[in-house]
Amino acid sequence: TIRFILIQNRAGKTRLAKWYMQFDDDEKQKLIEEVHAVVTVRDAKHTNFVEFRNFKIIYRRYAGLYFCICVDVTDNNLAYLEGIHNFVEVLNEYFHNVCELDLVFNFYKVYTVVDEMFLAGEIRETSQTKVLKQLLMLQSLE
Amino acid sequence: MPAVSKGDGMRGLAVFISDIRNCKSKEAEIKRINKELANIRSKFKGDKALDGYSKKKYVCKLLFIFLLGHDIDFGHMEAVNLLSSNKYTEKQIGYLFISVLVNSNSDLIRLINNAIKNDLSSRNPTFMNLALHCIANVGSREMAEAFAADVPRILVAGDTMDSVKQSAALCLLRLNRTSPDLIPMGEWTSRVVHLLNDQHLGVVTAATSLIITLAQKNPDDFKTSVSLAVARLSRIVTSASTDLQDYTYYFVAAPWLSVKLLRLLQCYPPPEDAAIRGRLTECLETILNKAQEPPKSKKVQHSNAKNAVLFEAISLIIHHDSEPTLLVRACNQLGQFLQHRETNLRYLALESMCTLASSEFSHEAVKTHIETVINALKTERDVSVRQRAVDLLYAMCDRSNAKQIVAEMLSYLETADYSIREEIVLKVAILAEKYAVEYTWYVDTILNLIRIAGDYVSEEVWYRVIQIVINRDDVQGYAAKTVFEALQAPACHENLVKVGGYILGEFGNLIAGDPRSSPLIQFNLLHSKFHLCSVPTRALLLSAYVKFINLFPEVKGTIQEVLRSDSQLRNADVELQQRAVEYLRLSCIASTDILATVLEEMPPFPERESSILAKLKKKKGSGTVSDVEDTRKERNTNLGVSSVFQVTSSPSSDLLGLGNSSAVNSGSPPAASNAASLLVDVFSESLPVAPLGTASAPIIEENFSRCFSTSMLDRYFWPSHISGRLLRGSPNISKNAFQTRSRLTALSAFRFVCKNNGVLYENQLLQIGLKSEFRQNLGRMYVFYGNKTSTQFLNFSASVVCHEPLNLNVHTKTADPVVDGGAQLQQILNIECLSDFVEAPVLNINFRYGGSVQNIAVRLPVTLNKFFQPTEMMSQDFFQRWKQLSDPQQEVQKIFKAKHSMDTEITKAKIIGFGTALLDGVDPNPSNFVGAGVIHTKTIQVGCLLRLEPNTQAQMYRLTLRTSRGSVSQRLCDLLSEQF
Repeated sequence: TIRFILIQNRAGKTRLAKWYMQFDDDEKQKLIEEVHAVVTVRDAKHTNFVEFRNFKIIYRRYAGLYFCICVDVTDNNLAYLEGIHNFVEVLNEYFHNVCELDLVFNFYKVYTVVDEMFLAGEIRETSQTKVLKQLLMLQSLE
Repeated sequence: MPAVSKGDGMRGLAVFISDIRNCKSKEAEIKRINKELANIRSKFKGDKALDGYSKKKYVCKLLFIFLLGHDIDFGHMEAVNLLSSNKYTEKQIGYLFISVLVNSNSDLIRLINNAIKNDLSSRNPTFMNLALHCIANVGSREMAEAFAADVPRILVAGDTMDSVKQSAALCLLRLNRTSPDLIPMGEWTSRVVHLLNDQHLGVVTAATSLIITLAQKNPDDFKTSVSLAVARLSRIVTSASTDLQDYTYYFVAAPWLSVKLLRLLQCYPPPEDAAIRGRLTECLETILNKAQEPPKSKKVQHSNAKNAVLFEAISLIIHHDSEPTLLVRACNQLGQFLQHRETNLRYLALESMCTLASSEFSHEAVKTHIETVINALKTERDVSVRQRAVDLLYAMCDRSNAKQIVAEMLSYLETADYSIREEIVLKVAILAEKYAVEYTWYVDTILNLIRIAGDYVSEEVWYRVIQIVINRDDVQGYAAKTVFEALQAPACHENLVKVGGYILGEFGNLIAGDPRSSPLIQFNLLHSKFHLCSVPTRALLLSAYVKFINLFPEVKGTIQEVLRSDSQLRNADVELQQRAVEYLRLSCIASTDILATVLEEMPPFPERESSILAKLKKKKGSGTVSDVEDTRKERNTNLGVSSVFQVTSSPSSDLLGLGNSSAVNSGSPPAASNAASLLVDVFSESLPVAPLGTASAPIIEENFSRCFSTSMLDRYFWPSHISGRLLRGSPNISKNAFQTRSRLTALSAFRFVCKNNGVLYENQLLQIGLKSEFRQNLGRMYVFYGNKTSTQFLNFSASVVCHEPLNLNVHTKTADPVVDGGAQLQQILNIECLSDFVEAPVLNINFRYGGSVQNIAVRLPVTLNKFFQPTEMMSQDFFQRWKQLSDPQQEVQKIFKAKHSMDTEITKAKIIGFGTALLDGVDPNPSNFVGAGVIHTKTIQVGCLLRLEPNTQAQMYRLTLRTSRGSVSQRLCDLLSEQF
């Protein structure tokens, strides 16, 4: 079960925060800072997994962006690691070579992409073809 | 500006975002935001009605401002308005705003729910999905209440679009998680299971998540999902890599769905149906086989996806723990990963192998990888990988490899990351104790721990080594020698000084024969560390010194000199000063015998769960450690492997903590009672309840210092051999409680007639202690259940049955269902006497110990005389009342032979203990005893007079009781006559 998804840049700016658990605003801010602290100190020789409170963070770095998913300790690490990559490939296709700025200017669309692929803390759809088809259909609506 | 946003309509938003990004300072940003907020506020308040586009744009700006971390206190209404727009983009922004800024403003919730309801029934899949996503994202109780019926209906309706089904399934899952009580199972349940057969793999993926959640709560309702999941998995696993088209990810067929299906199967035991079971085994074998095939792609995505499925399959194999071949294959596969160049795989292999180590089928296979794991410990760069290696070494440790593993952990400790040192210390300490074959090795290991990582050696660890040394005669000499040598180091850790001080204080005599460690040398060595130590350690050393005075009279003068110095006697610390004063005084005035008694060797500690293990469990969270621990413990007992230190608890162990405060009392007084035992009994009645209550945590330092300082007087008056014998005196042991019940009952019931506290019952497993108080017609009884074993009692229950419910009422608080090994449970009984009664209530105890159910029934010592209030009266009054009660019904008389020695003082004490006043100078014959009191019940009060006439020559008594009620006279006579 996913507890939250965070996209942060190296400076710690949040580009997406999606919560699947109830936290109050202060707690969310604290979590964001903690995640940034534990993830950015790690290098390529480290695993993509970090124990985090009673959970674990599965993360992957793409250029200057860290994509982090917080899941239960018993969850399948590699499945979520590739879940991140699948999501990134969809973003890349949707925004035609996605970059950090796309996520800033189109933050409200990123939420739509997330909801298509992850819902209620679970994986909703894994087929890139199906997700992109749906996103293009929505794009065409006014 | 990025491509996509250009074609999009919300230019104002893009401009605003650019402005914010161009702000050079935080102040400038805030200024820009405030300007924008003012602008939006004026637009929202303006006379002109805003069109949908503008509303969408401004709401979206507000959302952006909120996401930057600023509070937003308006715009909610406009967002709600957007929900009823017919345009997707407007609706979407409305829903997004609501989802991100959840607000439990009740007016709005009603409006929001209304809009959602409309969208759910719109038959427009896009709108339905927006509404479902909003419910899933917010997941509030209000929403669960409002849509508990709609969501399942949409999920199973025949004409629902696939993508809506996916959303509905996960929406239902969210509501089930947040408000399970509002989502009752229903007709939809069985149809949900059949979604596992759905054509659309996205629907199957979402449905599987839902079914996992539901099956974890109600496994029986979803049993049929097992065969469907196996069938589905089988089709995926055997498909060609291109069959599943959209759902093939880097040449791996539906990896996420496979993982989900394998997880679902982990909610159940292995399938009973042989065909299904066979098919599942085939699937698992196929997955294991694929791991050996050459990769279809060099991309890491390919291997990750493939291995995600593989690790999940291994989890299922471990979960079933029933197919030795699969378990060993899994272990071999993980063994390959241990040397893989991908850090992720090495990490996951270590982690997964940890659980594999606890299966009896694969434990040996796991052990073969020991060298690789040790190597990982030494070479891995990522501390979390090294941590997993430590975990695995701990899990694979047994007698055969304990020495090697402990040695490797110790040497790793020297360079280990500070964050994991304490945990390694605990693990080493536990392994050393558990698998010690020679005590010398154990002592060396712990001292090494202190040397290498003294700061990380918690109290539990050094307490434990002392507990073990105290309890084992054959370690003591070696321990004394070893600590003596270790203390020679010019700089040693304070924990070593503590252990050294304690052990030399107890067992220094064992090495004193060697001139190199003569008493004086020992003392000087300890004292050379004294000034560098903290107050608690100095206090401990002072206690060691006074012990030396007893052990070695020849150093008495030297030590007295030290104690007498101003730095001790006038120490600013009150504890140090008190010890110095007390010890000095004691050494000056007490005779050698008294010194030897007061300062005798510490008694063995009761065997309890290792405090270190408890600490590790606490540190790691009980769930994770205890599983491994428990299964391993079982295996150890199965194999008959037991450590040299697994001392069975000695019969004298004072489970209820009674032994330490020796004065608390016990079974019936010894047959040959004498003044001393009477004194003990009398004292026991007046002692506070504390010793019974505070028994559970044994803390050495406390015991140690208590022995010297606070309880020195206790020890002086109640040397342990006396209290020990008392404790052990006539325990009413009964294995088969029902068969021997009447005898047992008689014994224990009469035993407590004249007293309120003591051990009611004891067998090999359980000790029951009592402490009770009575007043008027009410009583309160504290029952203490002590678990004498190191294993939990499960399903523990203790209830009271009254045979005369109209006369006696006992109210019980439900006891905790689990009593941990070595722990003590307290239960309070409230007792009310309604009328006079004969039958004492029965305490029925049931619990599970190991595999068997234990039943114990004990009669509670609630007797009529407990409700006595003593009455003082003069001779004249006594005889006047005596005459008034002359009806033959009212008098009961009994002549009986003395069973105990006819000691006047004991008899007096017993009559007082019975509850009446003892009236002096009433009976003309001074050797007779006369008593008076009133029995209080709720309905009546019964006045009572008694007379006891001893005939020492004949060793006989005559007891006469007169009360206003014949039944009361009879009962009291029966009770009291048994006491002499």
